Amino acid sequence: MSAEELKQLKPGQGPHEPEKATLEGKNKFLGFWFFLGGETVLFASLFGTYLALKNSNLDGPSTQELFGLELVFIMTMILLTSSLTSVYAMYHMKNYDFKKMMIWLGITVLLGLSFLSLEVYEFYEYVMHDGHTFTSSAFGSAFYTLVGTHGAHVIFGLCWITSLMIRNAKRGLNLYNAPKFYVASLYWHFIDVVWVFIFTVVYLMGKVG
Amino acid sequence: MSTATVQKRGFGATLWDYLTTVDHKKIAILYLVAGGFFFLLGGLEALIIRIQLIKPDNEFISAGLYNQMFTMHGTTMIFLAAMPLIFTLMNIALPLQIGARDVAFPFLNSLGFWLFAFGGVLLNLSWFFGGAPDAGWTAYAPLSVQSPGHGMDFYVMGLQISGAGTLIGGINFLVTIVNMRAPGMTYMRMPMFTWASFVTSILILFAFPALTVGLILMMFDRMFGANFFDPTMGGNVIIWEHLFWIFGHPEVYILILPVFGLFSDVISTFSKKRLFGYSAMVFATVLIGFLGFMVWAHHMFTTGLGAVANSIFAVATMAIAVPTGIKIFNWLFTMWGGNIRMTVPMLWAVGFIPSFTIGGFGGVMLAVAAADYQYHDTYFVVGHFHYVIVGGVVFGIFAGITYWWPLLFGKVLNEKLGKIAFWPFFIGFHMTFFIQHILGLMGMPRRYWKFQPNESLDIGNLVSTIGAFLMAIGTIVFIINIIYTALKEEKCGTDPWDGRTLEWTVPSPPPFYNFKQIPLVRGLDALWVEKVQGNGEMTPAEPLGDIHMPNNTFIPFMISLGLFIAGIGFIYQVDNKQWLIVGIAGLLITFISMFVRSMKDDLGYHVHKEDLEKGAGSK
Repeated sequence: MSAEELKQLKPGQGPHEPEKATLEGKNKFLGFWFFLGGETVLFASLFGTYLALKNSNLDGPSTQELFGLELVFIMTMILLTSSLTSVYAMYHMKNYDFKKMMIWLGITVLLGLSFLSLEVYEFYEYVMHDGHTFTSSAFGSAFYTLVGTHGAHVIFGLCWITSLMIRNAKRGLNLYNAPKFYVASLYWHFIDVVWVFIFTVVYLMGKVG
Repeated sequence: MSTATVQKRGFGATLWDYLTTVDHKKIAILYLVAGGFFFLLGGLEALIIRIQLIKPDNEFISAGLYNQMFTMHGTTMIFLAAMPLIFTLMNIALPLQIGARDVAFPFLNSLGFWLFAFGGVLLNLSWFFGGAPDAGWTAYAPLSVQSPGHGMDFYVMGLQISGAGTLIGGINFLVTIVNMRAPGMTYMRMPMFTWASFVTSILILFAFPALTVGLILMMFDRMFGANFFDPTMGGNVIIWEHLFWIFGHPEVYILILPVFGLFSDVISTFSKKRLFGYSAMVFATVLIGFLGFMVWAHHMFTTGLGAVANSIFAVATMAIAVPTGIKIFNWLFTMWGGNIRMTVPMLWAVGFIPSFTIGGFGGVMLAVAAADYQYHDTYFVVGHFHYVIVGGVVFGIFAGITYWWPLLFGKVLNEKLGKIAFWPFFIGFHMTFFIQHILGLMGMPRRYWKFQPNESLDIGNLVSTIGAFLMAIGTIVFIINIIYTALKEEKCGTDPWDGRTLEWTVPSPPPFYNFKQIPLVRGLDALWVEKVQGNGEMTPAEPLGDIHMPNNTFIPFMISLGLFIAGIGFIYQVDNKQWLIVGIAGLLITFISMFVRSMKDDLGYHVHKEDLEKGAGSK
């Protein structure tokens, strides 16, 4: 990587795929995919644990009594939409349209924040009104660990994308920061995919299973 | 944007250099020093275990201390000795073998080391703060969850931090191999060590997250009131066994596969022959890696998973003997008709083949689920896994360190002392562990503090202890050899072993940029191809030009230090919630360091063409 990679690129100026135009970019791209492979095993282990313990609710509410699908459906829609907006952002990145990329990334962050606040509200309701806490039963521990780990990923993703946006707000797009934006968006998609599984395995199967 | 200069440095400057280095060769030395230290520590613990068992009804150490001793011996040897020493070998040889100037992520390479180092220190601090972990290196729940004191908390936090370092290292090597190979270095021209490291890194990537989750669950149970492993609250202790072994079984292949690759290179070099059945070796390596994920429940035959599950896992386990057998025969055929030089690395390799094969036989015996009900938790198991881990991994580490010592320090270890180190270690190894199979079949359980007199176990245990001391003598001679070589031996220059692969095309020790010009690879055993065709050196694949190098950085040290402090804080917040402040402060150090890393552009610098022509970086 050299100083000329810091040169700001305008539409039509840069190579076809700015995120993979340098060796560092290629390495980041591939390394991040491998990292997501490891994350998949991490979540698979948490899902396995949850499935083994989901009926160990003792005196607390069962999954059927606890979950309401309306709120979770809205959360799912919000997060899926945020994935779409991050795709738009990457589309504009590939066209070197920095301003539009920033706008769509901003929308992604806002959607992520609304997802997060709904999740906080959901947990608050469980703890305050349903007596479903982290320590009340093995089901509680497994539920909060799985869904909470996902939530922690959302928080980390939001901080990540926001810092990238602030750091690069003034200098625009270049071959040095394009891979950074790109892997952050990959991370965001991964979070979204995990949530689809949580929606299915935790909430839908909790209602009917 | 500085240029490289060669000058004598003071101690402080050298220390700072190693604290901030991102050079894979220096990181290899760091791994060697740290891993070597923990190897000696784990060896000391092993000797204490063997002294306790030298005679029946011995009172050398107390029962509680004995539990800590075998727990820490296992944990230290696997996580803090074998893993980093394997990483030493990968770091020093892998980039050179594929013709790369460094790994794909030099920063992460440094981060991986410091995470491992701080995790290891945290784990061992437990000795000084109220007692070490005492629930076995497998830490089965509920024993581990209910173990009093903070010992197991140190286990959880220490392994979590060092495990993260290992995972980072695995990803780094994967990307390095996929993206950084020199022109012409196709996958099927890669040296076997590189191939084995590639498969190993895949195993690390998919195995370590399972351990991460297991440790998170145990951390929540022990320190934050969760109920994963508490049956009275609906928990299930079997979850730990599954998560631990989904990690733990691939882990043993993570340790042995690089050593298989290394021995393939060593045997081929010192037989002066191309490796017999190269493509079969690659296939066998990949197959072992794949099957390694399919067999974890063979550690749980007596848990009660049922006859069907036991049968499936028994058959899968036995199947691993097939690719392993392919490897054993290919090594033998490589030597057959070769022009064999019995150097020290070759001596370890030749000692390894029968030793590991015996260990493999024990493994197939243990794979028979019905018979395993007899062997389970006896010294037969202890004998078996020490045969594969010491007879395989430790022999391999000795061989590898000796083989690549020129790349690390520019000198060949003294051959005579190397052979004097080999023999007591080799004989002592067989004395220690062969008899343990028989002790196990006689019914001696593992992890027991004492055995009774007049049970016919006396002689076997005495022999085993004497063997352990012979191994200690071998290790001491090896250390003497290192000191002797550093003081007395001459610099060896380029290619001291008449090597076949790319790491021997650069001077020993290599300049910090490895290759002045990236070589063009024209076949398997790239250097040998050139030697046979009379060139004697590689054809460059690029004109001489500026070389881009990464900057040194202190941030990996700070990130790891933060997690270390956070670990201590979280361990002690169980007693007093004020310790949470320490925990959060530690996390802040980590996150702020990550933030700084993210905000500051790190563009590296260039070594200029003119300086290269003047010989910058060569010693």
